Amino acid sequence: MTLFDRIVELKAAGDPAGISALIPYTGFVGLGCELDDDGLFCRLKSQPSNMGNTIIEAVHGGVVGALLEHTAVMQLLWDSDLERLPKIVNLSVDYLRPALCAHDLLARGWVVKQGRRVANVRVEAWQESAQRPVAAAHAHFILG
Amino acid sequence: MPDPATQAHLRPLVEIVTQLPHYRALGLEVVDYAPGRATLRCDYRPELVGDPQTGVVHGGVVTTILDSVCGLACFLGLEQPQAIATLDLRIDYLKPAGVERPIFGVAELYRQTRSVAFLRGHAYQDDVEDAVAICVATFMIGSVGFNPGGDGGVQP
Repeated sequence: MTLFDRIVELKAAGDPAGISALIPYTGFVGLGCELDDDGLFCRLKSQPSNMGNTIIEAVHGGVVGALLEHTAVMQLLWDSDLERLPKIVNLSVDYLRPALCAHDLLARGWVVKQGRRVANVRVEAWQESAQRPVAAAHAHFILG
Repeated sequence: MPDPATQAHLRPLVEIVTQLPHYRALGLEVVDYAPGRATLRCDYRPELVGDPQTGVVHGGVVTTILDSVCGLACFLGLEQPQAIATLDLRIDYLKPAGVERPIFGVAELYRQTRSVAFLRGHAYQDDVEDAVAICVATFMIGSVGFNPGGDGGVQP
């Protein structure tokens, strides 16, 4: 069974956490995926090894970027019946507030536009409140 | 190439940055540096894989290498040690990184105003001219961010 077939199976079973867990890097940084009443969201667990700034004890900006990219891919997989894994073309991250290492970092994405070949996805990440995002991103993916 | 005296002067900043927890977790190594320029190396490891079918590392690893090397080049380019914070980072992923080979990131600070630093960089593997990803980034200077050489900074 290919990786993509396994993903389609887990999606049918309503198991986004299972899809996340297929990817070794998610375990390295503590990245997971969950469902609630508003749909899919991703969580970067608080872990000291993700710290990129020891003075204000903030999560490394690259790991924040990884959370945003992972959330965008998961949202695309969840919303669409794709025939293969989307390939990232570019990612643009705005860092709005420090992401503090002491707390989990949550992110939710939405597909702004999906064509036949390309999709545009936006993502926001927050800690204490979704009304106070700590980072935002938009990304393009090739679908075909 | 920078002269040895300049490199020796910058060495304490480089040492502090490479001791940061996520630098260590990822195993980032500084292979070259000069005022406003830096090159980092990240070795391939199975736990960094984003696609278990091909073994290609996760895009987040490339993002982290580029954010790190832009931040380091920015520090090394400032005339006075000041706190910096990433304002934005944009990356084009040109092709998947080759499996079981290190990825390098190189960046340069090409313009600086009183409050903003502009950087560009790219990630490559065997050939510095053959990029797997390119980036532009801006940093706020003197904001609440990371300042390895200033008051409250971790001293070497």
